[in-house]
Amino acid sequence: MMRISTNWLNDYVDISDENLKELALKVTNAGVNVETVEEYSNPLLVVGQLLDVFDHPDSDHLHVCKVDVRDEVLQIICGAPNVQKKMKVIVAKNGCVLPDGTQIKNTVMRGVESQGMLCALMELDLEENTPENYEKGICKLPDEALVGSNPYNYLGFDDTIFNLDLNPNREADCTNHIGFAYEVAAVLGKKVEKPETKCKTIDADVNDELDVQVITDNCTMYNARKVKNVVIKESPDFIKERLINCGMRPINNVVDISNYIMLEYGQPLHFFDAAKLGKHILVRMAEKGETIVTLDGVERKLCEEDILITDGDNPVCVAGVMGGANSGIDESTKDVVIEAAIFDPLKIRYTSKRLDLKSEASRRYEHGLNYEYTLEAIDRACYLLEKYADAEVLTGVITHDIVDKTPRVAKVTLSKINSLLGLDISLDEAKKCFNNLMFPFELKGEEFTVTIPNRRNDVAMREDLVEEVGRLYGYQHLENSMPDLEIRRGTYVGNIALRKAVSKRLRALGLNETRTYSLISPEMDEMFAYEKKQSIPLLKPMSVDKSIIRQSILPSLKNVLEYNVARGVKDVNIYEIANTYSNVEEEDTKLAILMSGEYMSNTWQGVHVKSDFYCLKGIVSNLFEYLGYQDRYSFVPCSEIPDMHPGATALINIDNRPVGYMGRVHPSLIKKETYVLELSLTTVASKKTRSYKYKEQNKFPSIVKDVAFVMPKTMNSLEVEKEIRRSSGKLLKNIAVFDVYVGENVKEDEKSIAYSLTFGDETRTLTSEEVNELFNKVIEEVTKKLNLTIRN
Amino acid sequence: MKEKKDKIIRDLEDALSSVSNAVELYEVKAEFLGKKGCVTELSASLKTMSPEEKKNFGKKLNELKTAVEEKLTIKGKEIENRILNEKLEKEKIDVTLPGMQIKCGSPNILEGLIESLEELFMTMGYDVVEGPEVEKDLYNFELLNLPKGHPARDAQDTFYVKDDELLLRSQTSPVQVRTMLANEEKGPIRVICPGKTYRRDDDDATHSHQFTQMEGLLIDKGVSLADLKGTFDIIAKFLFGENVDTRFRSSFYPFTEPSVELDVSCFNCGGEGCPICKSTGWITVGGAGMVHPKVLSNCGYDPDTMSGFAFGFGIERLAMLKYGVTDVRMFYTNDLRTNCDRKDV
Repeated sequence: MMRISTNWLNDYVDISDENLKELALKVTNAGVNVETVEEYSNPLLVVGQLLDVFDHPDSDHLHVCKVDVRDEVLQIICGAPNVQKKMKVIVAKNGCVLPDGTQIKNTVMRGVESQGMLCALMELDLEENTPENYEKGICKLPDEALVGSNPYNYLGFDDTIFNLDLNPNREADCTNHIGFAYEVAAVLGKKVEKPETKCKTIDADVNDELDVQVITDNCTMYNARKVKNVVIKESPDFIKERLINCGMRPINNVVDISNYIMLEYGQPLHFFDAAKLGKHILVRMAEKGETIVTLDGVERKLCEEDILITDGDNPVCVAGVMGGANSGIDESTKDVVIEAAIFDPLKIRYTSKRLDLKSEASRRYEHGLNYEYTLEAIDRACYLLEKYADAEVLTGVITHDIVDKTPRVAKVTLSKINSLLGLDISLDEAKKCFNNLMFPFELKGEEFTVTIPNRRNDVAMREDLVEEVGRLYGYQHLENSMPDLEIRRGTYVGNIALRKAVSKRLRALGLNETRTYSLISPEMDEMFAYEKKQSIPLLKPMSVDKSIIRQSILPSLKNVLEYNVARGVKDVNIYEIANTYSNVEEEDTKLAILMSGEYMSNTWQGVHVKSDFYCLKGIVSNLFEYLGYQDRYSFVPCSEIPDMHPGATALINIDNRPVGYMGRVHPSLIKKETYVLELSLTTVASKKTRSYKYKEQNKFPSIVKDVAFVMPKTMNSLEVEKEIRRSSGKLLKNIAVFDVYVGENVKEDEKSIAYSLTFGDETRTLTSEEVNELFNKVIEEVTKKLNLTIRN
Repeated sequence: MKEKKDKIIRDLEDALSSVSNAVELYEVKAEFLGKKGCVTELSASLKTMSPEEKKNFGKKLNELKTAVEEKLTIKGKEIENRILNEKLEKEKIDVTLPGMQIKCGSPNILEGLIESLEELFMTMGYDVVEGPEVEKDLYNFELLNLPKGHPARDAQDTFYVKDDELLLRSQTSPVQVRTMLANEEKGPIRVICPGKTYRRDDDDATHSHQFTQMEGLLIDKGVSLADLKGTFDIIAKFLFGENVDTRFRSSFYPFTEPSVELDVSCFNCGGEGCPICKSTGWITVGGAGMVHPKVLSNCGYDPDTMSGFAFGFGIERLAMLKYGVTDVRMFYTNDLRTNCDRKDV
């Protein structure tokens, strides 16, 4: 955020006739965002006049004041020693909120009613909260102050502030009032007037008292001047007011002037106490392990990336970041050496970040400085020091200067401007834009050759010039048009279509989609580690719980389960599709499902479909059929998947190759009966499917035969089914399990599974004799081969 | 004869009046039309009549039979209806009891919005493409005109995975770079790239270390900012209704020049000023611009002959505006009590 004082701005561009809110809007629309327009006023803070003052009957220092605030007379108790009859004062009325957040309320003090507060400047945050300022008592307004009006008007705060929310490209030119004045001037078509910089000098030359040596390329410009016999005191009101309005606290005239110039030109200055500095300045890179105690009293360790100002031997300033405690201005300073320099932006950025010393100055160095302003700013500093600190200015400037001053030139044609913007700007309009921007140009035909001013380091090439014209001409002139491209429908590229199909199908099947974080904790990373390879940690995580890129979605779904169960949601049926990484080069799009509780129910009817293994298996089967993997997928028991129930888990195969697994979560990880699935959609997508083709239904009737086999509990139905298929041959059209039985008439370690076999032929009607014969053969072969019995 | 006939009809009516079920009706039917029924008995007298009398009497007799049958049929219908009504009465259910809970799963609200935007863009000829979330610094920054040390990298403080080479992408723009590089003829491009992105932000109501972007890229000969305006206008109206206006505000992105902010007129207050638009009447919903010539040439396109626009939206921000969500963390807590299985999500 950058605070611009419009009073100050008016020194450089005439905005006295402008409606400031409208101006803010114009500037914003042209591309420099004035986020808020701030006016100093508070309806509950008014000018009052003391009609009468008498002592509080029950206190030795409090006064009871009768205060006229125009529409009423208030009684206010005040402890300040300087209250006087007829005095004009600042009254905070009942309900007024002061800058520190205190709310003023009607109250009773020692038995006497008080209806507000008389304010001191520090209570309005216009002065520092110091014992001296406290001693001064309440603020006395000038006699001409109008009772009932806005007191800020009589304090120099009749100013309107533009709060700029700057894009990084405009940091360099809009974080100072002169630079912003050029922007305002361009928008309004007005001229900019620069401030006075010339001052008288004394008969002494800085070159005789100081030498500057720069032995690093990271300082492209270093200017030094010197002033003598400064008188340290309070700044004049206008400097104090402007600094406050821009968010800086006045300290003393010398320090204030350096800040004032930074806000005026964008050029940070550094003031050394000449007596402490000595006669030499050497600018070099710091050595590793070198230290300096900075102004704030902290010892800083430096490294080779830091630019350092030294007195020839000892560090006196971390360039662009903070001065040293050994050379700063204090109450007893007489002679001042002024530094106005340009340092490498990246180096300042690095150093200020490393030392955690981001400041208004470092911010400006980081975005690049205009060398023209560097030269003007140091002269302006001398001018102000002479005028407001009684300084005697030495002649001469010591300058180290390796700045590349080649003029920056870019060309653009009117037709390029119009074709890129889609506008129809005339040559005169374009000329007017460049004129308003104060960008000098030559025009040949319709081609502009523009010399870009140094204050605008964000403009460099043709397209930048197009933007400058476009934003000043106004984007409100753009008509909506459409690109002239062939008419076609776009598609999902790659595996996205599969993912979308899976997602929509699972939702149709009643599962809720979740979205969880890709970054997980080390504990989560240990869970469901079936396919896990080496962990992939971030280099610098923000916190441990988000420090690793996940390889499985299931630990996150476990969290979702717990979150919802804790909120009374018993039935959790969810899925998520997300990219996971088993190594940094290999992205794997996974599908994870978690089901717990009931899948479907109508309690009063006694209908309960549990979210169990077979429910989940049904869902994934439905999905595979939908995707076109008929007869190509299977479920193979697997007891060795970590965190999974050893007796209720299966690998999921397509074409006999695993794509993932499903089953019940091991009760030691999740106590509540919970089923999960995780498979690689990337792998599934690699298994090509044929697109749908119509197949005629069998015209001839089929014959259904039922049989129940008794088998050991440990045997899987799949084995029996395989054997049935093998012995039936091609007349068998379908096998369906219609009953699974354990209990009476079946031994304890056995179970009975009943199958319905459907026989048929596409070319003829089967006779019951041949089906019976085949059926009996199947029974005989299956029982013999697998050593089963038939249940009657 | 007439008297007999009238009597039979009266007797029938008497008999039927006390009939209450099918069995009794059958008995009455037998009494009148059965072998020994009174109507049947009447026909016996035919034998003794002359042909002339027979003709006359036979006609009358048939009329009587028809009348009797009709009355029996009507009574039969009456009984049938009553029985059916009794059955229906017994089958009455309480229709106010709850139905079977047939649940369709809900999409994640962000995914729902992404899907609807994808549909819109595909109808406009845009392909939907994706890229890896663990991305090369080269694609995420360098080729997008964000060299190391660029101040704009600050705003996108990034999760690095491997030295300075690999990172969790901070934007979906690298997908645009990949698409341009992969286009061997350096021909026209129309794509949108939705996806997850990551930045070093502490999670709070308006920040999330993981978030979702959707970017679009269109490249061809002679594409202009006005084309971007037209395209954005369609998107804005799709998202926030036919009545919203759109405007561009000049802005800055390292990978576009000129760059603009995409504003829609406040759909809440219609431009009057309200808390949602912070009294400005406008809401910024995304960023865009003409593809920067350096990005074009980095990816093998000649900025003198080809131009294009790119735009980007934060899906969370759009969803917050569109559905009135006030805390971005809501999208990632997956509270199943929230169900957005709605046709307009």
